[in-house]
Amino acid sequence: MIPMLRRILRSGIVSEPPPETAAEREMARLGNEILRILGRALTIRQVDAGSCNGCELEIHALNNPYTNLEGYGIKFVASPRHADLLLVTGPVTKNMEHALKVAYDCTPDPKLVVAVGDCGCNGGVFGESYASCGAVENVLPVDVRVPGCPPTPAALLQGILAAVRR
Amino acid sequence: MRFFGEPIEFDKQAGIGSPVWRGRAESGAELQAFAVAAHRSGGRLAALWGEDRRSDGEGFRLHAAFGLDMGHAWLGLDLPADNPAYPDLAGIFPAANRMQRATRDLVGIAHEGGPNGGDARPWLRHGAWPADWFPLRHDSGEGREFSNSPSDYDFVQVGGEGAHEIPVGPIHAGIIEPGHFRFSVIGERLLRLEQRLGYQHKGVEKLFVGRNLAEGARLAGRISGDSTCAYAWAYASAVEAACGISPPPRALLLRALMLERERVANHLGDLGALGNDAALAFGFAQFMRLKEDWLRLNGRLFGHRFMMDRIVPGGAALDLEAPALAAIVEQCDAIGREVKELKKIYDEHAGLQDRFVTTGAIDADLARELSLSGMAARATGLLLDGRCWRQGYTPPPPWSALGVRPATDERGDVAARAAVRFAEIFESLRLLRELAVGLPDSDLRVEAPPVAGGQGLGVVEGWRGEVLVGVAFDGEGRLARVHPHDPSWQAWPALEHAVMKDIVPDFPLINKSFNLSYSGADL
Repeated sequence: MIPMLRRILRSGIVSEPPPETAAEREMARLGNEILRILGRALTIRQVDAGSCNGCELEIHALNNPYTNLEGYGIKFVASPRHADLLLVTGPVTKNMEHALKVAYDCTPDPKLVVAVGDCGCNGGVFGESYASCGAVENVLPVDVRVPGCPPTPAALLQGILAAVRR
Repeated sequence: MRFFGEPIEFDKQAGIGSPVWRGRAESGAELQAFAVAAHRSGGRLAALWGEDRRSDGEGFRLHAAFGLDMGHAWLGLDLPADNPAYPDLAGIFPAANRMQRATRDLVGIAHEGGPNGGDARPWLRHGAWPADWFPLRHDSGEGREFSNSPSDYDFVQVGGEGAHEIPVGPIHAGIIEPGHFRFSVIGERLLRLEQRLGYQHKGVEKLFVGRNLAEGARLAGRISGDSTCAYAWAYASAVEAACGISPPPRALLLRALMLERERVANHLGDLGALGNDAALAFGFAQFMRLKEDWLRLNGRLFGHRFMMDRIVPGGAALDLEAPALAAIVEQCDAIGREVKELKKIYDEHAGLQDRFVTTGAIDADLARELSLSGMAARATGLLLDGRCWRQGYTPPPPWSALGVRPATDERGDVAARAAVRFAEIFESLRLLRELAVGLPDSDLRVEAPPVAGGQGLGVVEGWRGEVLVGVAFDGEGRLARVHPHDPSWQAWPALEHAVMKDIVPDFPLINKSFNLSYSGADL
């Protein structure tokens, strides 16, 4: 126990303030706005509808102590029934099309959909084919798109906050 | 060169990649006999795929790669254009089961016979295209006209009083790829797990057809994002063998440096997630902090946090200057110190070890039987690492000169897979320091002029296990067929076995201890 406590004390709090660019000062303000707009925390159900798992690596990074997503009142939940927002990576494979639609139907209104990554936004290198529906918007109504291969944690955070602000 | 006294003659693949011997089987019976001999000598089925060669006036070709002591034996079997079929290999190598079913779904080459008459269930085809249409046949068209009708799947049923099923997925509870797990349980005791995968199938192999080498490289780097460097290197290595060229020495060492950075990044993340799944949030926070530090340096030095598209056919797309190399050495020292401290905490944490030890165990016999490779195989005590010298095997450069020390652990449980990850982080940090101070001066890249009809197989020891890429050019030097093979093909069935002595709540921990790729195996 003592080595753990010592390690925790030595690590300190590494969570960073949102980066200080004009666009991202906006984010800090938005972070505070979330609680006002929603009146509670924002809950996200992440759905991988066919990604190469690169986007998932960066979505995981949102939960690291540097980004500290929960510090903004945002957390990932296990069921779409508990979610306000679907964070969907793509391309949407034909084999996932049905499951993604079911997850969307299970998410209570009002709900938001954020399409993540180049593949989620426009099909990326995989495009549309016998096995792929391409962009998320070909299957679900999408509120915000976060391009990138994969998008950085900062870009993801910005996209989530932009969706909430709509 | 012949193996095991079998009649098939093999020639060594040109170039400096992993040792590969190419041969042709004259008949299905010859292929089967070779598979039996390879199995008897402790060999593995490394990959199996099909190719449509009818446009060259031939029929179809079945490819099978066997992992042997001295490298890979890459065997081709030509099949007729009408009713192409070959004898089922799943009775010899159980790992063949899913690969054969995928080959039938995609190319329309059938396996015949086999245990219980063979497994006729589709694997990658769920209902997005009809059973008599095959996407990898050159005359199949785009196939976008079919309606998508999800199909049922014939899971094996477990009967008996109190036995019931828990279906999980394809969408899982965490931030993770999709796949379906069917648990048969009594109370919380797991009796059986059966996986149904293929949800990530996005038609990657068809996308390679007709592309140029650069487009192919971009695609290869996106087969499984967490192994982008391993795939990019295996693809580049296959292309280089097919073109008859070798990458310059500096590029080779830069590739090794990127691959080891990828290994450390993934192991750091997994050790954190393993702590998290055993309710030690401290471990998650600490390791995710270290992983973020690691990825940020990647972003700064390579211009990409996962180093995508930095390994290309003919060499590397990016060089590192002296200050960058110094930053790598400095970071290795800093991270090494912290991981050492965290290892002690993990080792001595009673609650954590209570969850890790004896959970999700498999033994070396099973690992060998399932053709398992990589970290999970080494955690059963198998000394199997494409970077390391072993009896009869000489690793390719640059590993041959680096003297990589393999990490093994005989326990085969979650604790062993965590221990191997710790040991591999320390070894990778040592290698990174050596690589960073020993980069030779040379060109970074040579031209890779495609040779019409050329073929090559690339093999790279990724962080998860052995990544293979097979490449064939058409008459104009474009890509005619690319088959990427993820180690997860062999490891998913190992997970089915690993859970059988445990309880349902242990599954997430056992699953994470393997951390397999869905996308890599669903293609």
